[in-house]
Amino acid sequence: MDQQHALQEYLLRLGDSSMILGQRLCELCGKAPAVEEEMALMNVALDLVGQARNWYEYAAELEGKGRSADDLAFRRDAHEYRNLLMVEQPNGDYAVTMARQFFYDTWHYFTLQGLANSADERIAGIASKALKEVTYHLRRSAEWIKRLGDGTEESHQRMQDAVELLWRFTGELTTADEVDTSLEAAGIAPNQQQLASDWQGMVKEVLTEATLELQPEDAWMYMGGKQGTHTEHLGFILAEMQFLPRAYPDATTW
Amino acid sequence: MSEWPLFEVFVRSKHGLNHKHVGSVHAADSRMALENARDLYTRRNEGVSIWVVPSNNITASSPDEKEPLFDPSHDKVYRHASFYKLPDEVNQM
Amino acid sequence: MYAQLVETGVKRIKTLEEMSPEERNFQEKIDAEVKIEPKNWMPEAYRKTLIRQISQHAHSEVVGMLPEGNWVTRAPTLKRKLQLMAKIQDEAGHGLYLYSAMETLGASRDEEIQKLHEGKAKYSSIFNYPTLNWADMGTVGWLVDGAAIVNQVVLQRTSYGPYSRAMIRICKEESFHQRQGYQILLDLMREGTEEQKQMVQDSINRLWWPSLMMFGPSDDQSPNSQQSMAWKIKRKSNDELRQMFIDQTVPQLEFLGCTAPDPDLKWNEERGHYDFGEIDWQEFYDVLKGNGPCNRERIETRKKAIDEGTWVRQAAKAYAEKQQQKQQAA
Repeated sequence: MDQQHALQEYLLRLGDSSMILGQRLCELCGKAPAVEEEMALMNVALDLVGQARNWYEYAAELEGKGRSADDLAFRRDAHEYRNLLMVEQPNGDYAVTMARQFFYDTWHYFTLQGLANSADERIAGIASKALKEVTYHLRRSAEWIKRLGDGTEESHQRMQDAVELLWRFTGELTTADEVDTSLEAAGIAPNQQQLASDWQGMVKEVLTEATLELQPEDAWMYMGGKQGTHTEHLGFILAEMQFLPRAYPDATTW
Repeated sequence: MSEWPLFEVFVRSKHGLNHKHVGSVHAADSRMALENARDLYTRRNEGVSIWVVPSNNITASSPDEKEPLFDPSHDKVYRHASFYKLPDEVNQM
Repeated sequence: MYAQLVETGVKRIKTLEEMSPEERNFQEKIDAEVKIEPKNWMPEAYRKTLIRQISQHAHSEVVGMLPEGNWVTRAPTLKRKLQLMAKIQDEAGHGLYLYSAMETLGASRDEEIQKLHEGKAKYSSIFNYPTLNWADMGTVGWLVDGAAIVNQVVLQRTSYGPYSRAMIRICKEESFHQRQGYQILLDLMREGTEEQKQMVQDSINRLWWPSLMMFGPSDDQSPNSQQSMAWKIKRKSNDELRQMFIDQTVPQLEFLGCTAPDPDLKWNEERGHYDFGEIDWQEFYDVLKGNGPCNRERIETRKKAIDEGTWVRQAAKAYAEKQQQKQQAA
């Protein structure tokens, strides 16, 4: 795989995962369990969509076909999206929302930590800025895992169910493919083995502290998002998110 | 509904300034209170440091005590530098 | 609903001579523009009226997130999405500033929110109207936030210290909201397609009158206003504020190249103000009574969020208690 193509794919993965999770969090507007949480969720969503914009801008420049960041967000269909399956899963109850957030934040944090030292300066710049935001995201979601896991009997059960529900999407976070490994070799993407073991270490630590049962290491994993094969959810997310640019294709300004 | 206690929030807006009371937040614990305060009161770069204090731990002076507490300092003019007249020859101190 | 239609429970305003020494002292402070602070003596009716007013105001901010939340998942560009998210976040924040000010009066936020969910508390009736097209995100910013700002700017001088300080903070932050809204409309009108321009006019047609209603009934229909003005928790009459808003808005409307759905709207040289048509007060009172297009949905959404969040809040509390016990044991 030539490096240019791998980089293009990799930037879309970063951008799309942030974008789709940001979109999922937008769906929660006005529906959070406390007004304080409205602020916090919208804050995280705002960070994520802002990061997606940065990745898309770079991806669009690199592509050199005259597409803009907006074109990448609003004019690609599901099979062209490269986000992790995890982030397109529905919000569910707050345990599911937070489990999804925590699994992703942990991956996001260690990925950005690696990318902050990327051989690609533009990537290093975007990642360093995003890392500050995501450090806070991870701190928050890890705390919620503990609060719900070690809170009441009901919250413990819900949190345990959420971990079980989402576990099958975690394999994709720690399984490298050709894109990842070729960029790792070029010093652009972080060390994939290190990333996997950091992720597992952090998840194990937090789940244990939250009195939650760890899931079997050999559990079956559902993958494919990074390569463009998604769950049924993504189509609906895009139908909503892309409605206006699709319904008014002649519009050049909004 | 919230069942979460109230915390008073103090923000230091710049290095070198005092923390200033800005309002309150509800939170389950002090760590959450810090995060909620950060999200609420420093969205526009307003802070370099935050304190949160459980509201029920604050003891406030009562307005009825205003006179005994604060009036006695009115006539202690010798606490202010301007009370001391310096000879013209010594023009700065 | 900001300082409008707030029940004071006072039938007739007392003269200074009729007041008890405490009341007189209080009123003299207000007359001298000295702010009332949480622990100061205050008449019970003042306290209750303020709780009602500030909680209505706070509820309006929080319910006001919903019509915009309706479009945040469908914002057409990344820039617009980020702006709208920041604005919605501010609204939640403003709700919290206000609840915080209200709690300094000894009110419980939970109880006041409970009243909202039971349909016993008011909030601005504008948020019971639906947002039906994207241009509504522009019009809500321009007209609805514009009307809110006119109200709120005068409330910065309100007599109760914590409320006044919350308003100062809110006004400072909200200045971008109205501009953001107007910019959306301006861009659509200047560079948009025919369909997009129609969106803008349609949006103004639907939201024009409800925005004017935000200032509340005419002065002769506002029995509580006089006491609220004497207490300086309301600083200008409903009609004065409405006229101010119209006078500043019409030139902006013309600049857009749009029209208002009011054939009687025209400049009156003699008065130095715009004349405008009669507001449909029947509609206003219908919406107020719960019969607006979205009253049910708005309250249901808020109630559901808080009800379904109960186990989450309880868990956080239980966890905090466990942690504290662990700390004490260690």
